[in-house]
Amino acid sequence: MTLLGPSGCGKTTFLKIVGGLIGATSGTIQINGTDVTEPHEDFGVVFQQANLMPWRTILDNVLFPMEIIGRTGAAATQRARTLLAQVGLEGFEKAYPSQLSGGMQQRAALCRALIHEPKLLLMDEPFGALDELTRMEMQELLLGIRERTGATTLFVTHSISEAIYISDAVVVFSKRPAVIADYIEVDLPYPRSAEIRYSARFTELEHRAGRALGITR
Amino acid sequence: MMPRKFENAVYPLAGVAVIIVAWEIYIHAFGISRIVLPSPTDIYHASVENWRTLVAQSWPTFLESVLGFGLAVVVGIPIAVCVANSRILNLTLYPILIATQSVPKVAIAPIVLVWFGLGMQSKLVIAFLVAFFPMVVDTAAGMRATPPGLLELARSLRASRLQIFLKVQFPAALPFVFAGAKVAVTLAVIGAVIGEFVGSVNGLGNLLLAANSQLDSPLAWAALLWLSVLGILLFAAVVIAERLLMPWAGTGH
Repeated sequence: MTLLGPSGCGKTTFLKIVGGLIGATSGTIQINGTDVTEPHEDFGVVFQQANLMPWRTILDNVLFPMEIIGRTGAAATQRARTLLAQVGLEGFEKAYPSQLSGGMQQRAALCRALIHEPKLLLMDEPFGALDELTRMEMQELLLGIRERTGATTLFVTHSISEAIYISDAVVVFSKRPAVIADYIEVDLPYPRSAEIRYSARFTELEHRAGRALGITR
Repeated sequence: MMPRKFENAVYPLAGVAVIIVAWEIYIHAFGISRIVLPSPTDIYHASVENWRTLVAQSWPTFLESVLGFGLAVVVGIPIAVCVANSRILNLTLYPILIATQSVPKVAIAPIVLVWFGLGMQSKLVIAFLVAFFPMVVDTAAGMRATPPGLLELARSLRASRLQIFLKVQFPAALPFVFAGAKVAVTLAVIGAVIGEFVGSVNGLGNLLLAANSQLDSPLAWAALLWLSVLGILLFAAVVIAERLLMPWAGTGH
């Protein structure tokens, strides 16, 4: 599920409320019938910036959540190595973040969000700071990870094509004061690959999102 | 082209060599009295002839500086942590810190001497007093400069305050801590020498003063040279500690 909307419309704020990072001024967020008022162990968060700790190696950065929740050990380390290998960072376990490119850092951040096997993955414009090609690679990666882990993903972006490519459903936010302008069920088949971006149905869905955002008529 | 490492060593040494040679030529060309300004060779001879005295007198100054600096680190860092994490403590302590800092240390040295005597304690206290402030200010600045993204990440994992401090804030502040320590360690040597000037029975500052009063300028300059070497060695020790404790620094592209 993706939240799509212009900058400053409150997508990130909404994501943070869902994650329990900030409180809602009114209303409540419920997940499986329980109110969310604070962060939960079942959540994994990926931010716009990789937010890696420069003093930790990549492996130790990925293991950081396990340290906090007290689940360190050989199994955790093995899982971290497997995750890093899955995102193509094999061999960089002992490297420091400053030695990695932006895309590699963000991949490590993705591993860190997944290390404690969260049931809900919250992603706040995680690929926003990356170049177009890296971004597309990351989208493929995310689709693969979702397929393997089955984690529910709440994704924030302001890229229409990204929203449609990676989602089952897109919630379109309007400009401030934000209202939900449209709810688009993405009926593109899985597994998806880049070719689908050129299909008629993809363009149609892009068009619909564009209309909801007030960009196209 | 010369290799970079070689260049890094050659140019600073060349700079020093030029000054020494010019100095030597100036002394001989103008027949300057060695009491007014001894030549580099005079200073060298004084250092070699008196090396036992110089080593013996370096030891107390070294101890005073290192212990004063160590105390500044041990006392300064916890205070900085408190000041950075508590608004109330910040409001209470910061004005006092600034006030104590604005008192000239040379001026309170005689008072410290009255309290702690001619022995090592008084010098240690003065070294501590001058080294303390940069330690506190830089560490507190570092604690406040923790990237907000890292704090948010820690909060999203429900990290405790202690975990946030130990695993996020403190390591993030380390570069600042070391910046403060580099300033503090050089100031500690100055503090120790000020203390020795005001009243002491030994130390390089004491030796310098004694040599000066006997118009033994080469020895006074030799003491000065050893003091500089001491300062450089202590500074280098902090730099080495920094490299060991922060292996990630300097790994960038």
